[in-house]
Amino acid sequence: MDYQTIIVEEKNAVGYLTFNRPKQLNSFNETMHQEVSSVMKAWAKDSAVRTVVISAEGRGFCAGQDLNDRVVDPNADAPDLGLSIEKYYNPLIKLITEMPKPVICAVNGVAAGAGANIALACDIVIAARSASFIQAFCRLGLVPDSGGTWFLPRLVGRAQAMGLAMLGDKIPAERAVQLGMIWQAVEDDALKSEAEKMAEHLAKQPTYGLSLIKKAINAAAHNNLDDQLILERDLQRLAGRSSDYKEGVQAFMQKRTPEYKGC
Amino acid sequence: MQNIKISFPKAGVALIELNRPEKRNALNNATLQEIVNCLQSLDADAAVKAVIVTGNPTCFAAGADLNELAQLDVVSIQQDRRPQLWKCIDEFSKPLIMAVNGYALGAGFELALHGDMVLTGDNAQFALPEIGLGMLPGAGGTQRLARLVGQQLTMRWAMTGEMIPAQTAVQHGISSQICPAQLTVQYGLELAEKIARQAPLAIRVIKQSLKSIHEVTLSQGLKLERQHFVWLAATQDRQEGISAFLEKRKPEFRGV
Repeated sequence: MDYQTIIVEEKNAVGYLTFNRPKQLNSFNETMHQEVSSVMKAWAKDSAVRTVVISAEGRGFCAGQDLNDRVVDPNADAPDLGLSIEKYYNPLIKLITEMPKPVICAVNGVAAGAGANIALACDIVIAARSASFIQAFCRLGLVPDSGGTWFLPRLVGRAQAMGLAMLGDKIPAERAVQLGMIWQAVEDDALKSEAEKMAEHLAKQPTYGLSLIKKAINAAAHNNLDDQLILERDLQRLAGRSSDYKEGVQAFMQKRTPEYKGC
Repeated sequence: MQNIKISFPKAGVALIELNRPEKRNALNNATLQEIVNCLQSLDADAAVKAVIVTGNPTCFAAGADLNELAQLDVVSIQQDRRPQLWKCIDEFSKPLIMAVNGYALGAGFELALHGDMVLTGDNAQFALPEIGLGMLPGAGGTQRLARLVGQQLTMRWAMTGEMIPAQTAVQHGISSQICPAQLTVQYGLELAEKIARQAPLAIRVIKQSLKSIHEVTLSQGLKLERQHFVWLAATQDRQEGISAFLEKRKPEFRGV
């Protein structure tokens, strides 16, 4: 399959999706939305892909919406910005959060607007030391979309979320780690290899179990403790039926390394 | 029986599985008839205390059989035996639990609404899509649903055919529990087993009392409940229940 705006590669059970519009700082246009979405949908169903890595070409990670794709004539009728969110950004965030396998984001450079929030929607985010995050929306009179207002307070707490969203400051990778916004910052030239190492490790783990962990942690954001305890019981029941659990227990008893199949 | 499977996975519990996966468990006359025959024989079988109806992991039942419906003109539709079949399902006297995974559309949704209790898998989707075919729900959809969730939502759902996800179904009382789809039947069985251990005569009048709420006024309903209450006083199981409680042991109900 040929793509105009992304690079897609599958290697050692890892799916690598790389944004590839470096001149536009990998900002999203319609084609890119369609291509990303079709790849993510295919991977969600493909049991041969057991971890997904999202990263980008060039000096930026993603600048969010390509403004050239939007009419900004001040005399024209007010645009319906909700339209592209409903059609593209919201489904993309759901594809990431509902992907039944780990999604790693390797942030190589500036992640701004929707680009920042797409990164924050991923399960584990690692960033190059020179990368940065900007909730740029407030500068244009807009609201952080693509899950921004949902992820931020959960990741960094209300006080920091308000500051980030209302001031729109540029947050360097190191600070993002301190705030608890992302998992790790690494040297620029180590980003690719670190992401790959983590992905290849996760791709050998009990994928089904990991997908249940993801489900549980995502559900914790809106459950009370009682509901969450019930959910944990339910998910543990499902996990207990998996062949990876059986393999894990057997390998432990036989004192060998388990070989997980992901189911 | 070609269209359904029946089994007895736990003591006192019968499981009916709709089994026309290639037709997404569409409820044609033959299938409905099989369900009715099955329920009637289970009703007569004293060993059966509760019944679960389910489809498969991705589909409960996707509606009526459109080929059959298309053949009915205004005359033949008046002689249709389906209303009679639905009535027979409604008249089943024992607890009827619906374990709904995946699609429960049109007649499938209406079948679920015939259940005394509904458990939904997290992948369940309910809808009344008849409007898209220029029809309306014909097996109690407008009536039972409106009594459950009210006129506003029923109007909306019946007039648009919108999908109702599991979470919404639980919120509005269409279902009492949401389960991971792979566990819906297991949890249905556990629920049925819990009920199967109770005093059968008491279960029977609970069902009768509750089913009357849409038929009679509150004062008539209270009178009916009182009659059932008095009637139960004549049963041995009631004595057993109270004695066991006072003696701090488990009751052994015998249905007498």
